[in-house]
Amino acid sequence: MLDLILFNSIWVLPFLTVLFTLPIHSSKTSTIKGIHLVSAAFVLAISLYLTIKVYLTATLTTPDASTFSLHFVTQHLWWKSIGASFFIGADALSLVMVLLTAIVVFTGILVSWSMQGNTKIFFALIQILGASVYGVFISFDLFLLFVFYEMEALCMYLMIGGFGSGRKDYGGKKLSLTLALGSSMVLAALIGIYLESGLNTWNLLELGQVTFPMSLQIWAFPLLFMGFAVSGSLFPFHFWSPDGHSAAPTAVSMLAAGVMMKMGPYACLRVAIYLMPEAAKMYLPYIVFLLIFNVILSGFIAIRHKDLKYITAYSSISHLGLIFLGIAAMTFLGFRGAVLQMLSHGLLTALFFATIGMVYSRTHTRDITQMSGLMKQIPFIGVAFVIAGFACLGLPGLSGFIAEASIFIGAFQNDSSWIRIVSIFAILSITITAIYVLRSANRFLSGPLSHPSIIDANFKEKLSIILLVIPLFFLGLFPSGISEWIDSSLLPIYTHLMR
Amino acid sequence: MNNIILMSYLSLFLPFLAFLINALLFHSSRKKHAAYVSIVLSGFGFLSALYIAVFYFQSGIAPGKLILWEHLFLKFTDSLHAHFAFLLDPLSIMMVVVVSFISFVVNLYSLTYMKDDPSFSRFFTFLSLFSFSMLGLVVASNLFQMFFFWELVGISSYLLIGFWYQKPSAVKASKQAFVLTRFADSFFLLGIVLISYIASTFSFETLNSLSLSHFSGSINLGFISISKLQGLFLSSILIFIGGWGKSAMFPMHIWLPNAMEGPTPVSSIIHSATMVVAGVYLVARLFPFFALFPSTLHLIMVLGIITAVFAAVIAITQKDIKRILAFSTLSQLGYMLFALGVTSVVLQNESFIHPLGYSASIFHIFTHAFFKCMLFLIAGSLIHAVHSNSLEAMGGLKNKMPWTYAAAIIGVLAISGLPPFSGFFSKDEILIAAFQSEHFIVFALALVTSALTAFYMFRFFFLAFHGKPRSNSTANVKESFGLSFPILLLAIPSFLGGYAFKKLLFQYYGPGSNNLNVFEKSMQGDWIPFASSFIVLVSIFLAWYFYARPYAKIQKSLDSSNRPRFYKWIYHQFYFDEIYDALVQQFLFKGIAQTIRFFEDYIIGGLLKLFLFVIQKLGSLVRELQSGWTPFYLGLMIFGVLMWSLIAKLPI
Repeated sequence: MLDLILFNSIWVLPFLTVLFTLPIHSSKTSTIKGIHLVSAAFVLAISLYLTIKVYLTATLTTPDASTFSLHFVTQHLWWKSIGASFFIGADALSLVMVLLTAIVVFTGILVSWSMQGNTKIFFALIQILGASVYGVFISFDLFLLFVFYEMEALCMYLMIGGFGSGRKDYGGKKLSLTLALGSSMVLAALIGIYLESGLNTWNLLELGQVTFPMSLQIWAFPLLFMGFAVSGSLFPFHFWSPDGHSAAPTAVSMLAAGVMMKMGPYACLRVAIYLMPEAAKMYLPYIVFLLIFNVILSGFIAIRHKDLKYITAYSSISHLGLIFLGIAAMTFLGFRGAVLQMLSHGLLTALFFATIGMVYSRTHTRDITQMSGLMKQIPFIGVAFVIAGFACLGLPGLSGFIAEASIFIGAFQNDSSWIRIVSIFAILSITITAIYVLRSANRFLSGPLSHPSIIDANFKEKLSIILLVIPLFFLGLFPSGISEWIDSSLLPIYTHLMR
Repeated sequence: MNNIILMSYLSLFLPFLAFLINALLFHSSRKKHAAYVSIVLSGFGFLSALYIAVFYFQSGIAPGKLILWEHLFLKFTDSLHAHFAFLLDPLSIMMVVVVSFISFVVNLYSLTYMKDDPSFSRFFTFLSLFSFSMLGLVVASNLFQMFFFWELVGISSYLLIGFWYQKPSAVKASKQAFVLTRFADSFFLLGIVLISYIASTFSFETLNSLSLSHFSGSINLGFISISKLQGLFLSSILIFIGGWGKSAMFPMHIWLPNAMEGPTPVSSIIHSATMVVAGVYLVARLFPFFALFPSTLHLIMVLGIITAVFAAVIAITQKDIKRILAFSTLSQLGYMLFALGVTSVVLQNESFIHPLGYSASIFHIFTHAFFKCMLFLIAGSLIHAVHSNSLEAMGGLKNKMPWTYAAAIIGVLAISGLPPFSGFFSKDEILIAAFQSEHFIVFALALVTSALTAFYMFRFFFLAFHGKPRSNSTANVKESFGLSFPILLLAIPSFLGGYAFKKLLFQYYGPGSNNLNVFEKSMQGDWIPFASSFIVLVSIFLAWYFYARPYAKIQKSLDSSNRPRFYKWIYHQFYFDEIYDALVQQFLFKGIAQTIRFFEDYIIGGLLKLFLFVIQKLGSLVRELQSGWTPFYLGLMIFGVLMWSLIAKLPI
């Protein structure tokens, strides 16, 4: 019972915090920030506790291959006439994604500590954004999932439009309109699924027992998969991400690239492939063709950019491509690699954007040709950036290597031509990643010093960096336990696929 | 036995402990501590390695293989597991001893060499990370562990080449080294993935005892479909490409000379003695597997001999002493690799293996590590003394630095290969192996290389130590004990190592596989040691004649301006740096990458704009209809009703 309350407080606490801070006068910024930080810390602690707890019990039981083995189920009928219910719960996959989100939200609040402008609204929006991402990862009712999914896109628009920099209006609109396009595709497919099933339910577990006819799958799968893939910036729907990320404030970039982009592949795996495995087997060997752009070409584009945020954005597109490669390979190891890459990339890209934000707040530029030799003045931030870079280029010992190795080996087990070609090119593209990572790091961290008076990270910044670095090393050095635990939630999806 | 397991943990993890302590505790404030931690821990690491070696060779296990411990890292699939293990066999224990000894010596040397550097503790942090990674690489029992540490040594090398990160040339060199080896590693990774798909294992043990008859069927590579046998052959090439890059074989050699931008102790441990032999080690480790594919061994042989000759020719013209040694390293690596390659003998469409080349190559790894590391440390002492890398600033250092001079005599004689110095033994085994396996062209080129080697090494030796001082900075040179002592530590194995190791060599260092088709040699080649020694003596005489005889025109011979064109080509290393820069900057970045960015920014961005434009236009078109003028609405309504009733009347 206590665990159930704790679990529900993951999504309730952010809303409560927002309500609680609304009456406080906006001039008392440190009170407001303190309350938000404490609340985010609570959520982080709760999700860590629940993850560890479920992990420890999971090792004793054999996973269920037929359906998701959910913990902390909370289910209430919500909208009777259409059969939508408020149905949340968590399995291994949900919990690790929630934990990742909690880490990013907490560190995001920490690095936004010295932000200017309307603090009250800003932090309230971050909390709501976080809550909606938690919602997506714990909803097992498709209608509810869609509501959370939409709520997140809306918050994103408000945050970029209201608190962004540069071409914030353009970037915000581009992001939210593209996401809305994806959502409309998703909604059409979901309605199709709902009507076809005839069960008057949106419950994922119940719908999972239905074998949908090919006549539905043939149009609903591409809509659903591509619609969700928009937020995972699958080509040709990637264009929102560079402009969106670069216009967004630091914490929002961290959340967008760190966790929001993972909602796409997460839902593709959990909903699209789970519900319509036959169509997946038909379409994915061709959808993988799009990944040539994601994995390889966007790496080349990253080489030609000078703005750190654009470089990171294109690097994210490239890494998201690897996630989709793992998914499209439709092998068990590929799925696991995709999830590991979601976690790994979530952490490292949050670390990237956090350090970029810290550098920007000191030098007021993100152009790597305008800075040099900063390692001497800001070694802590510099080392953090380099660690993120090493994780990004797949250095063994950090999480990226494990994820990429799993994806590559997993993708190779699928014998279809396009998947084989893309995986060969993806393996060879690790050089391109190395080029853009080292190029950006070397340009602004080494050489003669350009900004002699800036100072290194303060305590809060150091704390946020450490919180992001530790799991990067943990995943890279001890991947066995978590991988095998994640397998338990991938097993139902894989079993469905093989039916 | 428990002792041995404990010692194996110690020898591997003491350097890691030093890395952790230095990384987390010691920053610039307490800088000497970092060095002491590294020296003490690497010293104990060496002692435990020695303990394991003595145990291994005395207990009667040798030359058997023993996996001391094995930890599961990750289960990829039910049949494909990644392990971390400590493999004990003659090859790995030799490498462990060599790596930990050299690591200890170089740490000791750096205490003095780096003492004025503000980032002293960072240096020892990276150096310890390197030692750990290199040890992890050589004790690997499977391809996964090998690749894991392979990348880690790559990153340590990157960090150490770019150690002086405020120097743009060092940063450029570090990036080039990493990216080029990474390029090779991407093929290595592809090879690992391919072989794990075909043979469903990472283990060296299994790969080395593969029987090709078990593989039938084909695999799809996308554009083409090949048989599994061809797949295995392809993966042997791909895996070798990893070693090709790491051991800097032609034409991927350019990163190694440029890596000399790093501090000299780094060049001595990473870029001569240990990391760059990883490519050779990889081939040796998987030798029975490579031996299944004579074409791969043939490729290895051709690359090896090309690099050996090519680099030796360039070394003759260089003036930067570190670059001379770098090219010499390339040439010697070529020696080791072609020695592995000449093992393959194809007679009347049947392939045989002549195991001598394998043993000789390992022997050369061993002897080369000591004398080349020592030569680099000597070069470091010279640079430390005269504050210049160039031979133009040296000369006449014989009397100023007597200990270094004595060590240098041992070093250059060892690398030239005169008896009884260590290089003689290993070099002559290689020459004999090439001769016996009837690769006569390779044999002839190898002899030429050995003549060139003696010439350029004595050129370096005479120009640095003999003659008159050529710059003011040589006047008040003092020899530092902190630098000479580690050099003298290395002088012992450089002098005696060959003789001592030769006894172990033929007893324990064979390819270690029973299913090899061994070649029955028809020629002995007993005359080769005499011939090669004679050639070396002639080369030394020539070097003396040009650079050290009384009244030799040294200034003129150092001047490279009035030289024929081919000399300039050699001096500029055949312009490979420029070709690479053009390829990377112009072709890859400005050509391909810029085109792709253009496609992204203008084609995709343009299509997006077009799409928005069409939507907007459609919007404004529809907006015109909402004019707010009632008669227009009324007219439309009447028109609609009329049309509707008309359609209803139609007989459909």
